[in-house]
Amino acid sequence: MLMTEIIKRIEARPVCGDACSLNTNEFEFAFASDLMSDVLRLMRDNTMLITGLCNVQTVRTAEMAEIKLIIIARGKKADAQMIKLAEESGICLLETDYSVYRVSGELYSYGIKPLY
Amino acid sequence: MEYVFEINGGDFSSGGNASSTIKRALKERNVDPLVIKRIVVALFEAEINVVAHADHGTITVIIEEHQVQMFVKDFGPGIEDIELAMSEGYSTASDTVREMGFGAGMGLPNIKKNADVFEIESVKGLGTNAHIIIYLKND
Repeated sequence: MLMTEIIKRIEARPVCGDACSLNTNEFEFAFASDLMSDVLRLMRDNTMLITGLCNVQTVRTAEMAEIKLIIIARGKKADAQMIKLAEESGICLLETDYSVYRVSGELYSYGIKPLY
Repeated sequence: MEYVFEINGGDFSSGGNASSTIKRALKERNVDPLVIKRIVVALFEAEINVVAHADHGTITVIIEEHQVQMFVKDFGPGIEDIELAMSEGYSTASDTVREMGFGAGMGLPNIKKNADVFEIESVKGLGTNAHIIIYLKND
């Protein structure tokens, strides 16, 4: 699924530079969690993270888990340290006012697959 | 190649720096991405454990030709019952740790899942020593 389509579907705001402009369809799977150790158990690539957890450890976890797209739900705002770390790691951060449930529903109906 | 990192308890802002450095070093060595992921996930969980539970600690990572060895030594409350701490879902983490997205009781199980060798010993009131080995090749 293309980044531009994801952004449109969930009315998201890209909050960091080049990583969010990647116009590829490499996003095939999604995982929704606020528990970072559960995210660290994922072994499949091409996975995006949908979360309401909005702190620097969200980005750190994505870096370790090879997740290239984080969707921050519930209207939370990424801070400067998160944005800097995401840019250094080539991770796109999207913010949306939608809930985790609504983001998941929208993307599921659009063909993004679950992992389990 | 040997790397040594000093870790400060409670410093969630820097927590992960050691794992990030090792990830870059392994990428530069063209290690298999799946093996890199196992190494950095195990190391990151161990690093977060020090930040979450200890006063301070030291992480030493030795990258060798066929394996990566990680020694994680912390000074802190120690683990009273290691067998219990190794079970999924058991945690003694504070509210602050949980607010950071950790403390769901999956840290040690995640290390064990990814490690080829995982040894841990702890003295209550003094601290915890962990030794993790992950092989770089399957043979």
